[in-house]
Amino acid sequence: MQNGKINKIWKLLETVPDPEIPVISVIDLGVIRDITVKNNYYKITITPTYSGCPAMKTIQDDIKTCLKKNNINNFDFIIKYSPAWTTDWMSKRTKDKLLKYGISPPSDITICPQCKSKNTKLVSEFGATACKAFYKCLDCLEPFESFKCI
Amino acid sequence: MSTLLKYTLRIADNSLILGQRMAEWCSKGPTLEEDIAMSNIALDLFGQANGFLEYASKIDGQKTADDLAFKRDASNFYNFCLVEVENGHFGNTMIRSLLFDTFYLLFYKELSKSQDENLSALAFKSLKEIKYHFRHSQNWIIRLGDGTKESNKKVQESLNNLWKYTDEFFEIDNVDQIMIDQKIGVNTSLLKKEWTEIIESTINEAKLIKPSTIKMITGGRDGKHSNKLSSLLKEMQYLPRKYPNAKW
Ligand SMILES: [Zn+2]
Repeated sequence: MQNGKINKIWKLLETVPDPEIPVISVIDLGVIRDITVKNNYYKITITPTYSGCPAMKTIQDDIKTCLKKNNINNFDFIIKYSPAWTTDWMSKRTKDKLLKYGISPPSDITICPQCKSKNTKLVSEFGATACKAFYKCLDCLEPFESFKCI
Repeated sequence: MSTLLKYTLRIADNSLILGQRMAEWCSKGPTLEEDIAMSNIALDLFGQANGFLEYASKIDGQKTADDLAFKRDASNFYNFCLVEVENGHFGNTMIRSLLFDTFYLLFYKELSKSQDENLSALAFKSLKEIKYHFRHSQNWIIRLGDGTKESNKKVQESLNNLWKYTDEFFEIDNVDQIMIDQKIGVNTSLLKKEWTEIIESTINEAKLIKPSTIKMITGGRDGKHSNKLSSLLKEMQYLPRKYPNAKW
């Protein structure tokens, strides 16, 4: 029964969007590493993405809101730094969602989300949020953001 | 204070104080891209500082990470003298970053092998970010040094001025020695050779001249700071000190 409840929490977290990139969930992002239960108390292990990402706090708040709305109140978070979060934990499906949303997904080759050209150029390693770099497409000339590979 | 606590605070304080300096550029950057870049670097540094301060708080057992950031006086901060140096012009900030980033790149690489699993995890995480901070400052110094006569002159002056703070990176005192013996800390004296090689090749490419050895300034790691740090803290700690129960 407890396993059933853990599965339910995993399912619920799939509905919690990333606060900065709402097309992907916190599960897609790969920050939820584990959910365990002891004496009917749930521990949700999350790992930070980029040290400077202010969304980490919001993610915890959003998870709290979601679980409490579903009458789950007996839980807490564990912040785990190791193994360090990596963009490799994102699934192909997640990366496709990012591209469709207009953000070039983390990859060795940066693709323009507008025209899919690989002929792109880094403008700045820093973008509007900690996770993104700023690029320009040399074919369609559109500027775009790319998810940093870490 | 335990040796491990002081060792951890030294690491945290470098990131925190440099982060505060970088944050001072927010809304004042020379271009929009650079404004964003420096604000992002500041955020990374604050995040890294937070990780190390959380661990320091655990070792301390009483003070929270926020207490450690906002309720210590300058003499209880253990950062390098370099990171509290005022920003000056953009090129000056980038020289300061280059000297620091190059060192922290090597430092985190070693610290990620620490026997202390908290320090090693935090170092491994921070290393991923310091890599692009380093590329950012290195690219700018090459661009400015090998730029116009004026930009070359300005960054050369900054390099000459800031060089005196770099020996502090490689000092080994009691705290370091105990941590090295316990396979927790990094023997930074062994990093000097590689640091010097990277800096030399960068300044060669930037058509800058390596400053001659001058009298070095150290002591930050033991709480001896310029009054610049007090001014910085006054601003950084203003709100929590003035309104101790403020919540946001
Ligand atoms: Zn394009």
